Amino acid sequence: MIHTEQLTKVYPGTDFAAVDCLDLEVGTGEIFGLLGPNGAGKTTTAGMLTTRVIPTSGRALVGGVDVAAQPALAKQVSGIVSQQNTLDRQLNVWENLYFHGRLFGMGATTSRRIADELLEQFQLEKWAQASVYALSGGMAQRLMVARAIFHRPAVLFLDEPTAGLDPQSRLALWEVLGQLNRDGQTIMLTTHYMEEADRLCHRVAIMDHGKILALDTPAALKRGIGADTIVTVRAAADPEQLAAVLARDVAGVERARVADGAVQLDVSGGQRLVQQIVLAAERAGADILDLSITEPTLETVFITLTGRELRD
Amino acid sequence: MAASDVTGDVTTRAVPARIELQLRPVLTASYSALGALLLRDLVVLWKDKWVFVLRTVIQPFLLCFVFLYVFPKIGQGVGGGGGRRGESSFATVLVPGVVGISIMFQGVQSIALNMAQEFGFTREIEDRVQAPCPIWLVAMAKVLSGAAQGALSAVLVLPIAAVVHAAGVHAHLDLRWWIILTLVPLACIAMAGLGLVLGTSFEPRNIGLMFGFIILPITFLGGTYYGWTTLSPVRIGGFHWLQVLVLINPLMYVNEGMRAAFTSSPHMHLYVIYPVMAAFATTFLAIGLRNFRRRVLA
Ligand SMILES: Nc1ncnc2c1ncn2[C@@H]1O[C@H](COP(=O)(O)OP(=O)(O)O)[C@@H](O)[C@H]1O
Ligand SMILES: [Mg+2]
Repeated sequence: MIHTEQLTKVYPGTDFAAVDCLDLEVGTGEIFGLLGPNGAGKTTTAGMLTTRVIPTSGRALVGGVDVAAQPALAKQVSGIVSQQNTLDRQLNVWENLYFHGRLFGMGATTSRRIADELLEQFQLEKWAQASVYALSGGMAQRLMVARAIFHRPAVLFLDEPTAGLDPQSRLALWEVLGQLNRDGQTIMLTTHYMEEADRLCHRVAIMDHGKILALDTPAALKRGIGADTIVTVRAAADPEQLAAVLARDVAGVERARVADGAVQLDVSGGQRLVQQIVLAAERAGADILDLSITEPTLETVFITLTGRELRD
Repeated sequence: MAASDVTGDVTTRAVPARIELQLRPVLTASYSALGALLLRDLVVLWKDKWVFVLRTVIQPFLLCFVFLYVFPKIGQGVGGGGGRRGESSFATVLVPGVVGISIMFQGVQSIALNMAQEFGFTREIEDRVQAPCPIWLVAMAKVLSGAAQGALSAVLVLPIAAVVHAAGVHAHLDLRWWIILTLVPLACIAMAGLGLVLGTSFEPRNIGLMFGFIILPITFLGGTYYGWTTLSPVRIGGFHWLQVLVLINPLMYVNEGMRAAFTSSPHMHLYVIYPVMAAFATTFLAIGLRNFRRRVLA
């Protein structure tokens, strides 16, 4: 559904590639996620695939249409939910949908019918005649999704769809996207929430500085770091020193690093971990304030790949 | 929760029903998109019809009220001090000017102000440009609906100008339909084009600057209150500097054109008005569409 070859964007007046020689392949029926911190190049990538950003070099096909060569045609095959609220403020909720149908060449009757159906499907019937100003963030986002899939696009693009939403609206939107996907909708989304990528996406590309650092299913990405347990230790001691001590004294530590003033250990196959850590810390004279043991997350994967945290 | 069955290895999932790609030719798609864009503007206009009427009518009403009613009543001289006859000939100059200025304000209001806002904080334009047509057509649709609103305002304004005046003060109207039917649309397109240029050049926070430094000089030096041919006495040495200076003002040609269309008073030659107005329209559209494209695409 999406195919890119060496897709590159250098914005005029900058001396770096916002997106650097991207090769992507997204299949039909997939939910594909671009995960990366701010400035990674996610929006730029989505922008190039949706004709808003003109590639500096390389090629991109969406639904078989070359987006740079035939932008007007390419717009027929994609549905877009952008980062900001772009609803038409002068139209009510129902009209926002109806005119989208008209814009994409559907007749009045068809547009009316689909607008009604979508309002029901997205649980916005009660708001049909309301001004879009009256919608909460979550409802506005649902309406934008409904509008984007109105013309049955080959690919639905969502740029940071749940940024700024409350946890409940976020869950509701994940549910909506999951359902759309089960009905066959190919989805590409960008996010900097590792949890979103983890729970929603079939495959995730981890992106930083315009490049893809790793691309696989969330499960495979997590397996890939070669550790099955992540330990975070907070102690009243110099974290760098403590990290070195723990890496040496605790069995099974693959990597140790300092993040956010705490020591993080990637451990594989560790036995009696807590005991080992407490003893090692005691020997080093460090008072442990807090200790937590979790499974690896995509966040861990990102830190392993870049040495930085996903969130800034 | 949906997540449990949407995550997992993609290859192990049942292949979902493929969405049929039915691509329509760009020409067909563009044509229906243009229709929908215009329909949307029409619906919005209809929703705000009273605001539109008030907004359109208030300025011409005030102009006519002050210049053609209050001034003659209080004996304040406009019109060369020639009593009712002088006042009437001033009315004849002013009425077409009022039509011209209304067309211009419509272009600025319906396009420049809206667009600055849509580009600025509402970002609505982001969605509009996803219409399945070339980007320039989205801007062109705005120009067309702005021009149509300009023509509509001309229709609304003329009767007001003909009615609001003191007793004995009459504008001598002499409608020349072939000029009206050609020049009014051309003027509307040119002024809508001006609106597009302004709307794509100014950030919403700089709208005040736009009014102060562009709209105001254009309106006051655009021949609304005087005909171009009568400006020759303003000179330094032998040089009619004002008459020459205002030639760069597009509104001047619009107003002179309205003078030619609605009255038999002296006006700039039509051989000049038509081509210059067409040139302004073309230039504004070229600049406006280029700006629009630059603002939308990265
Ligand atoms: N219009 C633009 N002009 C110049 N640089 C830009 C523009 N848009 C984005 N960038 C730069 O490109 C890089 C990638 O940005 P973006 O694609 O928005 O990242 P993300 O969406 O992952 O946060 C950033 O360094 C950003 O500053
Ligand atoms: Mg972004």
